[in-house]
Order: sequence, then C-alpha cells, then structure tokens
Amino acid sequence: MTSTAQAAGRSPVRRLAGTLHRRPRLRLSLLLIAPLLWLAVLYLGSLAVLFVSAFWTTNSFTSEVVKVWSTDNFHALFTTPVFRQVILRSIGVALAVTALSAVIAFPVAFYTARVAKPRWRPLLVVAILTPLWASYLVKVYAWRLILSQGGFADWMLKPFGLSGPGFGLFATIIALTYLWLPYMILPIHTALEQLPANLLDASADLGARAGRTFRSVVVPMVLPSVAAGSVFTFSLSLGDYITVQIVGGKTQLIGNLVYSNIELNLPMAAALGTVPVVVIVLYLLAMRRTGALSSL
Amino acid sequence: MQLSRSARIALRVAAGVGFAFIYVPLALVLVNSFNPDRSASWPPSGLTFRWWSVAWENEGARAALWVSVKAGLGATAIALVLGTLIAFAVARHRFFGRDAISFVVVLPIALPGIVTGIALNSAFSTVLEPLGVGLGLFTVIVGHATFCIVVVFNNVVARLRRTSGSYEEAAMDLGADTFRAFADVTFPLVRSALLAGGLLAFALSFDEIVVTTFTAGPGIETLPIWIFNNMTRPQQAPVVNVVAAVLVLLSVLPIYAAQRLSADTASGSRV
Repeated sequence: MTSTAQAAGRSPVRRLAGTLHRRPRLRLSLLLIAPLLWLAVLYLGSLAVLFVSAFWTTNSFTSEVVKVWSTDNFHALFTTPVFRQVILRSIGVALAVTALSAVIAFPVAFYTARVAKPRWRPLLVVAILTPLWASYLVKVYAWRLILSQGGFADWMLKPFGLSGPGFGLFATIIALTYLWLPYMILPIHTALEQLPANLLDASADLGARAGRTFRSVVVPMVLPSVAAGSVFTFSLSLGDYITVQIVGGKTQLIGNLVYSNIELNLPMAAALGTVPVVVIVLYLLAMRRTGALSSL
Repeated sequence: MQLSRSARIALRVAAGVGFAFIYVPLALVLVNSFNPDRSASWPPSGLTFRWWSVAWENEGARAALWVSVKAGLGATAIALVLGTLIAFAVARHRFFGRDAISFVVVLPIALPGIVTGIALNSAFSTVLEPLGVGLGLFTVIVGHATFCIVVVFNNVVARLRRTSGSYEEAAMDLGADTFRAFADVTFPLVRSALLAGGLLAFALSFDEIVVTTFTAGPGIETLPIWIFNNMTRPQQAPVVNVVAAVLVLLSVLPIYAAQRLSADTASGSRV
C-alpha cells in the first residue's frame, strides 16, 4: 500500500490507478457502463418496444401503426384457424426435430464415448463435430441438392421404384435435424463419457444384463443431457424460417408468418413473435424439472 | 458394461449411419461444385473446374464476401471490448443484478433470430433514421455485435474463473499498479481466450443471415444473403455451388482453431 501512496504523487496515470484500486465500485461502474448501455438500452429497449407494439394496431388502409392499446392481435392469434394451425405445426416440427436428433445422436455418441477404442475417441469427436459447424446456409443448401428433382435422394431410391420426398414438411424436419444435431450429440457424448464405470460394473455384479443396465442405469443418468440438448434443438427449430423457405415448399411455420407480416402489419408480427418466445420459456421451465438447465 | 457381440455390431452400424448422415450432404456440396451441368441432378455427367474460375470472377460474390469480412471484423471488435468488460465485471466483482447480466448477454442468441431482428429493425428505423443514419453496414455491425458479445463473454469468463485473482494481487504487492498488473499479468492469462472468442464471434457473424436481413439497408449484401438471393436462380447455380463448397472448407477453420486455442470453450458457435 505504501508504494501506491508514494506513487500517487508521481504521474496522473499512477494516481488514476491508485484511485481505481481504492474504489472497487468506481471500477465496476466503469466496466459496466458501456456494455449496459448497449445491451440494456439498445437491445432490451428495442425488445420492450417490440412487445409493447404487439398491443398496437394498424390502419388497414394505410398500414400505418396506430398506437392505441388493444388486445386485438392476441385475440386474432387464438381465434384465427390458420394461426392456430401454423402454431401447432411449428411446435410439432420442433418436437419432431428434437426426437429425431436424439435418435440419431444417441448411437453416435454411445459409439464415440464407450465403444470405440479410447485413443480414437477424441479424434472421432472432432470428426463428428467439426463438419457440423459448417455454414448454416450451406447445410440447408446441401439438403436442397439432395431432395431436388432428379437429385441424390431420387437416385438412391430409384432402384426400389420410389422417388425422394421432395420439398415440404418432411424436408424441413430433416434439414433442421441436420442443422441442430451437434447441440444434441455434444451433451450426450459428455454425459456418456463421464458415466462412472463402477456403476456399470455394480449393475452387472447384481446380475443385470446389458439391456437392463442400459434401461436402469445409463438412460436415467443421460436423460438430463438429452433434455439440455433438446432446449437448443427445440428453440432453434421453433424460430426458424429460412430453412422452411429453402426446402419447405409451401409449408408455413410461425417464423414465416412473422416474416410475412413485418412489412404490412408490424404489431401483428410482434404479437406472432411473442408466441415462440412464450413457448420456449414454457419449454425451459418444463426442462428445468429434469435438471437439464444445470448441465447446459 | 459388457455389451454382447450383436449389440456392439448394431451400435457400430448405427454410428456408421450417423457418420454417413453427417458427411454425405457436405460431400455432395463439394462434388456438385465440379458438376458441368446447371441442374442439381445426380450423378453429375462429368467433372469440371470451369465454374471455380467463373465463380472467382463473379463480382457479386466477391463484393458480398468483402461486406461479410468488414461486418465480421467490426462486430468482432465491438464484441471483444464489451464481452471482456462484462466478463471482468461478472467474474471479479459481486454486485446486485450479476445473474441478470449473465442472462441478458445470452438473450440475443437464445431468442429466435427473427425476434432479435425485428426488434433491432424497428429500433433503428424509429431512433436512428430521424438522426440521418439509415440502415446499412453500420447497423449490420451493431446487430451482429449484439449477439457476438455472448461468445466472447463465455470464453473470457470461463478463463477468469479458472485463474484466481491472486496473481494480480501478487503483482500489486510487488508494486505494480492496476494498469501494470493488467498488462503484465491479467492480459497474458486471458489472451488465448480472447483470441478464441474473437474467432468464434467472427464465424458467428460471418454465418448470420436472419439478423442481417433485418438490419441491412437495400444496398448491403453479405455472403449468406448473396447465397440466399441466388440459390433459387438457375442461372447462378454453378457459382452458388462453388461458393457453398468454399464455405464448407473455410467455415470449419476458425472453429477448429478456436477449439485448439482454448480447452474451456464449449466448442459451440452459438453457445
């Protein structure tokens, strides 16, 4: 401390350093002022305005926003059959993507974490995950190539007298699964890797065969990680509209509805935008019960 | 767990199918860039390098690449500063609202991109446009920076949690002032985490399409936007094929480098 006191008299820089050192509150506010202005004012501010605008309406002739409080948009949300259908379809797609991701991810993760030779394991993890971080658009584009007419899927199925599924709901689910797969593989792999071997031995000692050990030991211990992965696969699928535009054919999901309303009816778009946010929050609350959030 | 022979074989096959599911689509993109036809029909009628040189000469793709690089660098720079500041505040101080801050940092990426996009879009058009700042590269950078902060924050905060503050205290006991301790002790400790966070932030910005759609002005086209706009045009198909193939090869590099740089990175481009 004496050195700081002596130094205080020397240069303005050292005096400033001394002041900062003695006042942690000042240091903290200097650290936080810029990021808080950015995130709290710019980001939370615009989000707040967006959600408030969900209660505004538009003049149906001029598309001008009318800033009068009303719950018309939310009323329309629940009573218009098209909106209800699209919302239910989006939730269905998100759940299907989540289930499909888990089904594909589990054997892959099980193989890399417990079956493959230990010295190959880290390499296999890199081999799985690195290509999956390739560009979002390129991955959807790959599925566009595969599913297009006369494309790879048609070619593969031709010997069986079948043709590929083409663009549509199924293509959307496959492409979204492909996009979000790493978010499912990674937590499952980590959980399986950390599964203590002596628990498995104990189960075997007590007379359980592999199938029983799997059901009664492995699955319950890995489930929170599946739930953690599902938070990403579910919420990322729910908000997507680009993939649907590229491979979805005529399919409409909630993101597309938001997108198509932005120009003409911003308040309606805002109201529609609250739907995925609310659903995701509810999903998070449900997943919290499984202990998933602590393993995020 | 003692797996039976048939169970092992079944797992190997299932994992093999999983690997095929991961690699076949990307391999197809690469092969298709050498396809002499404009259609995506399979199998290709031959192999040619012609479209690679055509793509190299393509003005639109080049300009878009340049815009993407500028936006990525701008967003990364802002995210590095803001993310590091929050990380230091959260990891080295206890204060009211600390958890709330960690939550707000994640929010721009946790909410659907379209929600973040229209929120920023309406904020920019109501606040900035009256001031004479229209939508353009600047607003793209601001939008990207908002969701890039989280990856820098995650990397730096993980590093700071692993290295206690006692090194800095030791430096100060030896007579270093706050700035000196930061430059000689703290900064070298977090340098590789900053680099990893910066690489991930750049990759994230480079890949972003939704927020870009809502924050870019009419004349601003990043590479993802260019691909999206040209994907359905048969005339442009060969160039899109090549650009997609290049992106497959290029986009994994920053992720790979970031993984090598920082063992505590959760290897996610989003998380």
